[in-house]
Amino acid sequence: MKACTAWGMYPQIECRHFKFNKEAPLKQIIGDQSSLIPYGNGRSYGDSALSENIVDVRPKDYFIDFDEESGLLHVQAGVLLSEILETFVPRGWFLKVTPGTKLITVGGAIASDVHGKNHHVEGCFSECVEEFDIMLTDGEIVTCTKEDTPDLWKATCGGQGLTGVTLEAKLTLKRINSQYIDQTTIKTKNLKETFEAFEEYSHMPYSVAWIDCLAKGNEIGKCLLMVGNFRDDGKLDYKLKPQKSIPFNFPSFALNNWSVRAFNWLYYGKVKEKVSKQRVDIDTFFYPLDAIGHWNRIYGKKGFTQYQFILPKETSYKGLEEILTAISKSGKGSFLAVLKLYGKANENWLSFPMEGYSLALDFKIEKGVFELLDRLDKIVLKHKGRIYLTKDVRVSKTTFEQGYPNIDKFRQFRQENKMAEKFQSLQSKRVGI
Amino acid sequence: MSYVLIVGAKSDIAKATARGYAKHGYDLYLAARDVQELTNFAKDIATRTHRDVNLIELDILNYDSHQAFYDNLKEEPLGVISAVGYLGEQEKAQSDFSETQKIIDTNYTGVVSLFNIIADDFEKRRSGFMVGISSVAGDRGRKSNYIYGSAKAALTAYFSGLRNRLYDAQVHVLTVKPGFVATKMTEDMDLPEKLTAQPEEVAEDIYKVQQKGRDMLYTKRIWRYVMMIIKMIPEWKFKEMSI
Repeated sequence: MKACTAWGMYPQIECRHFKFNKEAPLKQIIGDQSSLIPYGNGRSYGDSALSENIVDVRPKDYFIDFDEESGLLHVQAGVLLSEILETFVPRGWFLKVTPGTKLITVGGAIASDVHGKNHHVEGCFSECVEEFDIMLTDGEIVTCTKEDTPDLWKATCGGQGLTGVTLEAKLTLKRINSQYIDQTTIKTKNLKETFEAFEEYSHMPYSVAWIDCLAKGNEIGKCLLMVGNFRDDGKLDYKLKPQKSIPFNFPSFALNNWSVRAFNWLYYGKVKEKVSKQRVDIDTFFYPLDAIGHWNRIYGKKGFTQYQFILPKETSYKGLEEILTAISKSGKGSFLAVLKLYGKANENWLSFPMEGYSLALDFKIEKGVFELLDRLDKIVLKHKGRIYLTKDVRVSKTTFEQGYPNIDKFRQFRQENKMAEKFQSLQSKRVGI
Repeated sequence: MSYVLIVGAKSDIAKATARGYAKHGYDLYLAARDVQELTNFAKDIATRTHRDVNLIELDILNYDSHQAFYDNLKEEPLGVISAVGYLGEQEKAQSDFSETQKIIDTNYTGVVSLFNIIADDFEKRRSGFMVGISSVAGDRGRKSNYIYGSAKAALTAYFSGLRNRLYDAQVHVLTVKPGFVATKMTEDMDLPEKLTAQPEEVAEDIYKVQQKGRDMLYTKRIWRYVMMIIKMIPEWKFKEMSI
C-alpha cells in the first residue's frame, strides 16, 4: 500500500499501485483485482481517480506517429499535454483543445473530456480525438471511434476512467504560426458588465474571466475578462520553462479572508484601463498556474477542493448573482475564481459543458466549507445547473444526478458491459455511477 | 559526426538519457541485448525529435564481440554513455558464485572490455566524451548489496584511471553516481521520496554535467553529502550498523 492523493490533496488514502508495461500484464491486473481505477498524472482535484487499487498509466508515454500533413498525432495515453507542446509548438502545431494546465495525460484529458478557453468555438477535448484504444473489463482492446462504437465513445469521453483503461489515442493538432497571443483585457465593474463583455467578445476564439469573489453589493461579479488569439509572426521558439516550486505546505492560516482580499484587490487594481492590450506567450495565456510547481500546497496540508458548476445561459445571470452573493457573505473565497461562457453541449453522457456560464473556485478544506458547498449546490440545482466531476470530492448522489440527464444511459451501459463492478473510484461509489 | 552511443539502453535511466540527448540535437546508437524491444521507443524519439535512432544488438558479456560491434558503427560516435547495470540478488550471490560472477561481469568486466576499445579510439582521434554510470553503492560496501557495490567500486576506480589517462588527449570522462532512482531495478523497494530521483532528473543532470565537462556527478546532489557522512563513519562502528 502506498499513500495516494490527487491535486486537491484531499482525501489522502492508502492504495495499491499497479504498473504495467505490456498489454498482457494489464489484462492480468484487471482480471485479478475486484475493482480498480486508472490514474494519470494526478491532476484531477478530487477523488475521481482514487480507489483502493489504481493503475498507473503515466509510464505509457510513447509518441507513436505524427502526420506532418494532416496534424494527426498518435500517442500512448500516458503522454502529457506538455510533452506534446514541447515537441510540436516549435513545428507550428498546437492542441485544438487544452485545459488550464498542460500537466495532464492524454488519457486523463479523454476521461474528463476537458475543455478550455475556446469551448465556445472548438468544444471539448473529444472533439479533437479521432479514435482511442481502450482495454475493457475482459481484457479485450477496442479501437473506439464516434461512428463505430458510439456508446463506448459517449461513455468514455467524460466518463472518469470508469469504462476501462485507455491505452492510445489519435488526436488532431491545429496549425499555429506563433507562440504568442494578442490578448485584450477588459475590466468590468459588475456582473452585468461582465456578461455584456462576454457577449461582445464572443467572436474571439479564446476567452476567460477572473472574478473577484469577495466583492460585495453592486460590485458583485466585477472581473477581468481576457480574450485573445494567436499572432501570425512566425515566432515558434517555445521551450518548457523550469518551474518555480512551492517547496512545502503553507500553514493553513496563510490563506485567510484578508490575504485573499488583498490579493484580489492587487490583481484587479493592477489593471488601470477599461480595455488594454498585451502580447503574451502560450504559457502565460493558457497555463499561468503551471509556472508554480505544487501551487496546491498554498492551501495547507489539509488540502482544498475546487467547486466548479455550470448554469444554462437563461438562468446564468440570476444564478451567478445568487451564488456570488452567498460566497461573498460566507467570507470563504478563493484565490482564483474563473468564469467562462461555454458553447453547446456535446453528446457524451457525462461531459460537463453546456451552453451557459461556468464558475470555478477553490476552497481550502476547513470547518464549514462542505456545508457552504451544499448550500451552493441547492442554488445550482434551482437554476438547472450541474457540477464538474473532475474537480469534485464531495457532491451527493442526488445533487449530481439531477444535473446529468443521460446518467441512466451511462449507468446502464456500465452494467451491461460489466464495467460497474470492475472500474470504480471513491467518487463513482459516492455518486452511484 | 553527431551520434552518441548509449549502452545498456533498455534501462530506465538510459531511456531518459536517450530522450534528453535527442532533444538537444544528437543522433543515437542505442545498444542492448534483445534490442528490438526498443523499436517502439526508437520510434517515440524519432517522432518527438526527428533525430536518427539506430538500434544495435550488444551482449555486454560477450567480450569477443565488442571490437566488431564498435567497428561496425556506421559513423564514429561523439561520445559514449554506459548505463549497463545489474543489481542481482545479494543473498543468492553469497552462496551461488554464478550470480556473483554475473553481477561482477555485467557491472564491471563487460563495461571495461568495451570502454577499453572505445578509449583507444577516442585517444587516437583526441576527442570524445565517456560517461559511466556507477553507483553510490560503490562508495562503501554494505551487507545488503556489497557484491554489486564492489563491482561498482571497481568501475568507479576504472573511470578515475581512464580520466587520468585520457586527460592529455582531451577526452572527457564523467563518473555518475546515482543514489536511489525510481526505476524497474528498484520497483519493489520502499524508497524515501526526498532521496529518490526520477530517471528524467538523472538524465537531465547527466546531460548538463557532461556538457560542462565535470568529472563527477552525484544525482540527486544531496547524495554527495549523504555519502560523505556514510564514508566518515569509522569502520568499527560501521560494521555494527544496518543501513
